[in-house]
Amino acid sequence: MKIEGTVWKFGDNINTDVIIPAPYLVTTDMEELGKHCMEGVDAAFAEKVRPGDIIVAGKNFGCGSSREHAPMAIKGVGISCVIAEGFASIFFRNAFNMGLAIFESRGVFQVIQEGDRISVNQDTGKIMDHTNGKQFFANPIPPFMQELIEAGGLMSYVLNKRRA
Amino acid sequence: MSQTITEKILAAHAGRDTVVQGELITVRIDMALANDITAPIAIDLFEKSHIESVFDPERIALVPDHFVPNKDVRSAIQVQAMRTFARKYHIKHFFELGEMGIEHVLLPEQGLVLPGDVVIGADSHTCTYGALGAFATGVGSTDIAAAMITGKGWFKVPESIKLVYNGQVGKWVTGKDLILYTIGDIGVDGATYKAMEFTGDVINALPMADRMTMANMAIEAGAKSGIISPDQVTLDYIRPRAKRPFECYTSDPDAAYAEVRTYDVSGIEPQVAFPFLPENTRSISAVGTVPIDQVVIGSCTNGRIEDLRLAASVLNGRTIDKNVRLIIVPATPTVYRQAMAEGLLEAFLAAKGIVSPPTCGPCLGGFMGILGPGERAVATTNRNFVGRMGHPSSEVYLANPAVAAASAVLGRIGGPEELD
Repeated sequence: MKIEGTVWKFGDNINTDVIIPAPYLVTTDMEELGKHCMEGVDAAFAEKVRPGDIIVAGKNFGCGSSREHAPMAIKGVGISCVIAEGFASIFFRNAFNMGLAIFESRGVFQVIQEGDRISVNQDTGKIMDHTNGKQFFANPIPPFMQELIEAGGLMSYVLNKRRA
Repeated sequence: MSQTITEKILAAHAGRDTVVQGELITVRIDMALANDITAPIAIDLFEKSHIESVFDPERIALVPDHFVPNKDVRSAIQVQAMRTFARKYHIKHFFELGEMGIEHVLLPEQGLVLPGDVVIGADSHTCTYGALGAFATGVGSTDIAAAMITGKGWFKVPESIKLVYNGQVGKWVTGKDLILYTIGDIGVDGATYKAMEFTGDVINALPMADRMTMANMAIEAGAKSGIISPDQVTLDYIRPRAKRPFECYTSDPDAAYAEVRTYDVSGIEPQVAFPFLPENTRSISAVGTVPIDQVVIGSCTNGRIEDLRLAASVLNGRTIDKNVRLIIVPATPTVYRQAMAEGLLEAFLAAKGIVSPPTCGPCLGGFMGILGPGERAVATTNRNFVGRMGHPSSEVYLANPAVAAASAVLGRIGGPEELD
């Protein structure tokens, strides 16, 4: 499957407090969380972003709290996937568990620019920057995580196993 | 095969003799925890699954501590969802206001997490329980929903970093300073995906409260967990509290580590982490003049009775600066009552501070001490990210309770020695 979208860039150590500030953690509604996505770094982000857009970030994306509201807000605002130099551990597992596509790829941050049109092939891990013609490969997704994605997240995976 | 304490605990919970670093395993969970922010998502997912019972009503802890006492209607609704769920599924460890405290102080205090346990919590500071010799890690709400059904969790067996602390601990230097110093050294992603194993003569001599502070902030270096091998200090703490059997594990001497770092703590001063990352640490003597508006002493990092005693000893009859608001947050009702019995609450009020009920509120910018534009706070909490305690232009400086108390008196960031 191929994801294609326009890039929004964020730097290193983007923490879950800026992805979705604590005062908004009074709902479990993904779309409502999406309205405040990235408010801690860019108050107007939710208004500017369009469905299918892609976030490209530096290292340690999603550090800080374990709030699953962070990947929920990103998904809720319509972001199709996040590509980063690296992810913090809890954010990484939360994204797979709840079904936000994320890709780790070294070197993307320097080369991919805000506003670039890029695509990601989820099967091969190939990331293509159509604006500057550069390409990258995402780190392979471990087999278990692949199973989670195919099942549609951890809950479906667990419930499928129970039924089997 | 030689193994670390972390590998031994994970192997035992996977029903295996050994595990290998990097492999994905499914393990039995001894305690699954969620709070009023993270439980509602887990509860929604659980209810949607149409499963009729939880795996074990005694191995789930639901602690409404973040926005409680309810800060607004929506927070109240989130706690209602927890309360209803707890009643419906007979969850034994649901803590109503009056028994509720900050989860990571409350659970060890109540003997609900023990050495050798695997604990998952939908809260990143779940790593605190590593101080007891447990494998404890923060996860998301979906993990908790799945664990409430299956009693299991999936993990990649982490590599371990061994951190060895030797030397003479200086006056006013606490576990908080050792962990801030370490984060300053390795960075906020210095231990990503790894277990931080704290060892050495200094750790062996460290009281349980300080050990919990250190393990608590392992996540601030990106770690999956922090851990300290159980010893007599651990057993003295655990034995009066434990209501079920537990197992003490230790690392084999020739276990494999991704990295070993040795610190001579003799020259380490109290540390202050400047905005906007916990790695931006400075020694107290290098802070310069930083005027402040607020001081918060509390949180899962430093809201224990030992922390309040330390703060009160520094205040020692003094009154805080007239430009500073001092907020003290005893972490649990037990800590609160003990502080009252020892006259600490009186000391805080006499100094013109106020005492809050137990809550996470101010630490994450929830309520009970929000910062306005441009305001600066010294806090004994764990994060100083942009906007963490309020307005995006406000600033949080992380420090130990002695430095926090001294700063409240000085009206600027400073150490207790400046008060003489």
